[in-house]
Amino acid sequence: MQITITVNGTTHTRDVEPRTLLVDFLRDHLGLTGTNIGCDTSQCGACTIHMDSQSVKSCTVLAVQADGADLTTIEGLANGSLHPMQQAFWDNHGLQCGYCTPGMIMSATKLVEGNPGISEAEIRHGLEGNICRCTGYQNIVKAVQQAAGEMGGD
Amino acid sequence: MYPPKFDYYRAGSVEEALALRKQHDGKFLAGGHSLIPVMKLRLSDPGVLVDIGRIDGLKGISAANGSAKIGALTTHAMVEAADNLPDILPEAAGWIGDPMVRNRGTVGGNIAHADPASDLPTVFTALQAKIHVAGEGGSRVVEASNFFTGLFETAMSDDEMVTAVEVPSKDNHTGTAYAKLFNPASRYAIVGAGAMLTMQGNQCTAASVSIGGLLPNAIRCPSVEAALFGQTLNEETIAAAAAAVANDIVADDVMGDIHASAEYRQRMAPVFVKRAIAAAAARA
Ligand SMILES: Cc1cc2nc3c(=O)[nH]c(=O)nc-3n(C[C@H](O)[C@H](O)[C@H](O)COP(=O)(O)OP(=O)(O)OC[C@H]3O[C@@H](n4cnc5c(N)ncnc54)[C@H](O)[C@@H]3O)c2cc1C
Ligand code: FES
Ligand code: FES
Repeated sequence: MQITITVNGTTHTRDVEPRTLLVDFLRDHLGLTGTNIGCDTSQCGACTIHMDSQSVKSCTVLAVQADGADLTTIEGLANGSLHPMQQAFWDNHGLQCGYCTPGMIMSATKLVEGNPGISEAEIRHGLEGNICRCTGYQNIVKAVQQAAGEMGGD
Repeated sequence: MYPPKFDYYRAGSVEEALALRKQHDGKFLAGGHSLIPVMKLRLSDPGVLVDIGRIDGLKGISAANGSAKIGALTTHAMVEAADNLPDILPEAAGWIGDPMVRNRGTVGGNIAHADPASDLPTVFTALQAKIHVAGEGGSRVVEASNFFTGLFETAMSDDEMVTAVEVPSKDNHTGTAYAKLFNPASRYAIVGAGAMLTMQGNQCTAASVSIGGLLPNAIRCPSVEAALFGQTLNEETIAAAAAAVANDIVADDVMGDIHASAEYRQRMAPVFVKRAIAAAAARA
C-alpha cells in the first residue's frame, strides 16, 4: 500500500506492506536509525517519536496508521545546535549506555510542554513509559527539570 | 518482531466498517495498543484488519441532559484531560499505562478487548454506563454490568462495534473514585475498584461499587452496595461495607499469575474497595 509521511520536515511517499511497523519504516525504509527498538513489546519507550505533536511508541503503530501524519524523530530535534533537552541530558550526565536516550528525550520534550515548573513527581510519573537499565533515573530527572525551565513551556 | 501478514482496509464510516468486517471476516483496528502487541506475539492472526481509526464523529466527548457521551475513538489522553466527566474517569484514564499508551489507546478498543486487567471495564461498571453498540440491523444499548461477560468476552457479536459510551455527567451530590493496585511494570490493574456514591450530608442515599482485575471480568458488588445504602459513612461503616466484597467474589474465579497470587489479590480486594468508597464519599 502506498503511504505518504512527513518526517522531520521532509515528505516521503513509499510502498509498504500493511504489517510494516512505523519504527521499521523509519529505520529500514528511511534509514533513520536514531529511533531505537528496545523491548519491541510496547513497554520500554526506546522507540518513542512525535506523531502529529504527540509522543507515541513507534513499535506499536503501523506505518499505514501514520499515513498522512507529520512525525518528528530524534534526528529532527536539534536545530543547528542541540535542543535544550539534549543539552540538559549532556550537562547532567542523564545517560550511560545511551540506548534509552532517544526515546527518553522525545518523551520528555512533550512532557514539559506547557509546564516549565514541572515537579519531580510529575516527571517520574510522566516517564513511566520509558525504561532505563543504566542510570537509576536520578540524572534523567535532573536533566528534564533543567530543560523544562530553559524551554519556558515551549 | 512484526505482525503476521494481513490485508488492510480503511473504513470511512460505521456502516462501511461493519460491511468491510463482515465481507472479509476481519478484525477492527482502533488505537492498536492491545491488538498490535498480541499480533506481534502471534497470539492473534486475524488475516484482515479494518482500520476504524479515521471514522469521523467517533472521537470526542459531548455532554447533554445529565449525561456525557464518550465516542469510541476518544483516546485515554482525551478522557484524562476532560473536565466535564465524573472524577473517576479522568482519574482512571490518567493511570492507564503511560503517556504514549494514553495518546493512542481508545475507550472503545479498551472495553471491546475486555482485558481482565483493564481499568475502564471496572470504571464503567461503577458508573452504570450505557454502551452504545452498532450492528447491521441498527444500534442497541447494553448496560455495562451486562456488557462484560468473561475473560476477553463481551455481549457484542463479531458483527457489532462500540460507537460510544454514555455516563452520568458530573453532579454535586455524587462522588466517584477509582482505586488501583498497579502492576509495577505494565501499569495494568492487579486489583481495581470503582465507586459512585450519592450523599445527603453524611448519609449514603445511593451506592454503586465495582471490582475488577482479579476476576475474568469486572462485576458490580451488590453486598457492598447494600451495606452502604442508608448508612452514615465513617471509617467504621466504610470498612464494614468494603469487607462485604468477599460475598460478591466467587473465590474459585479469582485469578493468580506470576505478578500476584489469587490469595493476595483476594486480600487486596477489600483494601482497594475501601479506598474507592472513602475517596468517592469525600468528593460527594
Ligand atoms: C504498555 C501498555 C500498558 C497498558 N496499560 C493499561 C492499563 O494500565 N490499563 C488499561 O485499561 N489498559 C492498558 N493498556 C491497554 C490500552 O488501554 C489499549 O489501548 C486498549 O486496551 C485497547 O484500545 P485500542 O484502541 O488500542 O484498541 P485496539 O488494540 O485497536 O483493539 C483492541 C480490540 O478491540 C477491538 N476493537 C477496537 N475498537 C473497537 C470498537 N469500537 N468496536 C468493537 N471492537 C473494537 C479490536 O478488533 C481488537 O480486538 C496498556 C497497553 C499497553 C501497550
Ligand atoms: S521498543 Fe517500542 S516500547 Fe520498547
Ligand atoms: S542509559 Fe542505558 S538504558 Fe538508559
